[in-house]
Amino acid sequence: MEYFFIFVAIVLTQNFVLHYFLGICPFLGVSDEMEGAFGMGMATTFVMTLTAIITWNINTFILKAFNVEFLEYVSFILVIASLVQLVEMFLKKYLPELYETLGIYLPLITTNCAVLGLALFMVLREYNFLESAIFGFGAGVGFTLALVIMAGIRGELHEEDIPRPFRGTGITLLVAGLLALAFMGFSGLVPT
Amino acid sequence: MVKDFIKGLWKENPVFVQVLGMCPTLAVTTSLINGLSMGLATTFVLVASGLAISSLRKLIPDQVRIATFMIVISSFVTVVKLLFEAHIPAISSQLGPYLPLIVTNCIILGRQEAFASKEPVSRSLLDALGMGIGFALALVILGSVRELFYQGTIGGVQVLGSWYKSMIIMVQPAGAFISLSLLVGLFQRISGRK
Repeated sequence: MEYFFIFVAIVLTQNFVLHYFLGICPFLGVSDEMEGAFGMGMATTFVMTLTAIITWNINTFILKAFNVEFLEYVSFILVIASLVQLVEMFLKKYLPELYETLGIYLPLITTNCAVLGLALFMVLREYNFLESAIFGFGAGVGFTLALVIMAGIRGELHEEDIPRPFRGTGITLLVAGLLALAFMGFSGLVPT
Repeated sequence: MVKDFIKGLWKENPVFVQVLGMCPTLAVTTSLINGLSMGLATTFVLVASGLAISSLRKLIPDQVRIATFMIVISSFVTVVKLLFEAHIPAISSQLGPYLPLIVTNCIILGRQEAFASKEPVSRSLLDALGMGIGFALALVILGSVRELFYQGTIGGVQVLGSWYKSMIIMVQPAGAFISLSLLVGLFQRISGRK
């Protein structure tokens, strides 16, 4: 049950994008195509799950074991950057079809703060291995959800007559604010 | 030369115009002091890594430049994090994981890629300073607005009278998005863009 709550919390009540403001850049810059948003979400979920699994091991068996926790940020960002590169090469070689769909989004993931944020939150909350893996996967699902909803709304906004100064960033942030309000309705789903 | 410095403050302001570094902008601006600390921390990392990368720009091989930038940046962020923990532990714990998240602040990587890796040290320094101060300024404005409407204070000083009922939404995520949206709109209106 505890594992289930971790998943629900990170997808709905404490959504990475709308509650922790992680991964805002791709969220605001997302195209208004649902398919693109979904592809980006899938690629990110994939990298996030792997990141959670690998950084947990690094943190437990290397950083903590040898008392070099000050290397946390440097080692995590290296893991993420190389992981993204590795995933890209793997997909290119063995799953060229999947690479065609996800390929263009992969390099952007390195600077997605949601991925590093995930690793930092995981360490901060002292999750065990299974919890970390679920947390990583859930964070990705939550990110995908927010991204797809945003893409849908932005598609609709094209038809609207928006006041000039608010075109572009202004209106997107306003929509994000209303979405965050809506997601507040989920609070209470998870006992704290 | 002066232009390198000035452009970050207004014309190419990282927050209001370029819309970069949104995670810290939205997450930590619940009060003026938090916004200011995050702004200064980011400025420090921006300037330090700008100087380092600009002086090493001829030595860094092109293929691995992004990885190199990330290592330089995350080392300086570790420095800032340790400094904050040692000297201002209260603010350090308030900023929480958002302080280390400066590593993935796109302004910093963006400036290295667009400027410091190509230009001489002196120009890079001015560019980094301008961008950093422009970022800090935006965070201070947003932090003050949110703090004012949350509990009627700015920087802890009572501005609105005791009649003001606190608006909890301002320190919640929805308030952050909506206030920044209105500020961006205002900025666009004043600068007469589009």
